[in-house]
Amino acid sequence: MNRSLEALAPILLVAVLLGLWETACRLTGVPAYFLPAPSAVAAAMAQDWALLLGSAWKTLSTALLALTFASLTACSLALIISTNRLLEKAVQPLAVALQVTPVVAIAPQVVIWAGLAHPDRAIISLAVIVAFFPIFSGALTGLKSTEPDLERLFDLYGASRWQRLLRLRIPSATPFVLEGHKVAGGLAVIGAVVAEFVAGSGGSQGLAWRILESSNRLQTAKTFAAVIVLSLMGALLHGVLQASEQAILRRFRGR
Amino acid sequence: MSPVASLSAVEVAYSGRGTVLGPFDLALTEGEIVALVGPSGCGKSTALRLLAGLEQPSVGTVTRTPERGQTAVVFQAPTLMPWADARANVALPLELAGAAKDKAHDHAQEALKAVGLENAIGSKPAQLSGGMAMRVSLARALVTRPRLLLLDEPFAALDEITRRNLADDIHRLWDQTRPAVVFVTHNVEEAAYMAQRIVVMSANPGKIAGQTTIDAALPRPPGFRTSQVFRNAAEAVSHDLAQAMGQALVPSR
Repeated sequence: MNRSLEALAPILLVAVLLGLWETACRLTGVPAYFLPAPSAVAAAMAQDWALLLGSAWKTLSTALLALTFASLTACSLALIISTNRLLEKAVQPLAVALQVTPVVAIAPQVVIWAGLAHPDRAIISLAVIVAFFPIFSGALTGLKSTEPDLERLFDLYGASRWQRLLRLRIPSATPFVLEGHKVAGGLAVIGAVVAEFVAGSGGSQGLAWRILESSNRLQTAKTFAAVIVLSLMGALLHGVLQASEQAILRRFRGR
Repeated sequence: MSPVASLSAVEVAYSGRGTVLGPFDLALTEGEIVALVGPSGCGKSTALRLLAGLEQPSVGTVTRTPERGQTAVVFQAPTLMPWADARANVALPLELAGAAKDKAHDHAQEALKAVGLENAIGSKPAQLSGGMAMRVSLARALVTRPRLLLLDEPFAALDEITRRNLADDIHRLWDQTRPAVVFVTHNVEEAAYMAQRIVVMSANPGKIAGQTTIDAALPRPPGFRTSQVFRNAAEAVSHDLAQAMGQALVPSR
């Protein structure tokens, strides 16, 4: 009983809020370009579902591609850096500076570097930049978070650098790397959307483009529809990454 | 008998903390079990790390005859790799030394049988109880048939019954190859049960405050805990420890 109530609670809340929103729109007669009623948003979704799904796939595939690139580069760089303290010290300030720079600030320049005729390249590059840091810092932290007594054990048995890396540091880093990927997944979507906005071109037909296009035409219901699809897609990606993380950790730890 | 390992006039100092150990002397002969007892911070674990070669003294000499791989350490926590099953954890020292995986795993399986864990060979550390995990750690230490076995408060996190069972297991396993053993503990009765020689240490910096030798068979016979020999030894160690604690409270001149 309690469990089913807990599962129903968020659905009920959304239903109540939607009901209030619908009623408020109908009673006040607020113009649809300012705040469309939920029914209007649902109608827009039903009308444009094929277009929205296509755009969602475009944004999702961009985010996934960016996540793959970010994963490969961040894990490789963290591995290289973790083996050399001096290198780590040298790279760290640069990494922090890049991490705290908002992607919007560098996006216009990246669009120029990628070539104005190739907005896709700029969008993927920007999403990679955003997704890179959680994985990089997770991997680097994980590679340095080995249990001191396990390190001593490897010292005691004269483990080579290679043995230590493969048999101790990389497995120790696994939970941190998975957590980094989970955070990076959400950021890759944000990065892709922000980059689509900045690229501001119909060359990329992702969800951000649908939002831009509809809001420029004051078709606010369509804007809301695209935003809802974007939120659902982000939640789905987060759910998949979280489930994968839990499944891998269960296998990793045996429970 | 020639010592397996010795610490001669060693001192260990850390920046900001000054000298934590020494001058300190300890010689371990073949097949001897020595307990180091003392208050927290008296340098017991530091002495152990010196003997293991995991740390170098600031002053003095450490002599170790066992080759690499012939010294084993059991830490206070089981210190197992959480991603590896019991067999893979125990096989680690052999594999690091270059043994083939199959052979290392066969030896690991035997070592796990010896500590009574033949049914937990494929279990991961999270699936084991504290006592079982400590047995895996012990199996890992013994799989290389070490000449020097260093036990750093291995019973600290275990309940009384598990402690007693594990103490008897350590004696039984020690009896098979008779390595020199150093056993670090806070517990006087545990030291008197486990060791042939008990070295009591005082703190700030860690020094020898007294020694007691127990003339009784190892492994211990049933009822040893209630024997006069055990009681006398425990009393002598308690006396040394009380003196050591008193000394530790006297400000240094």
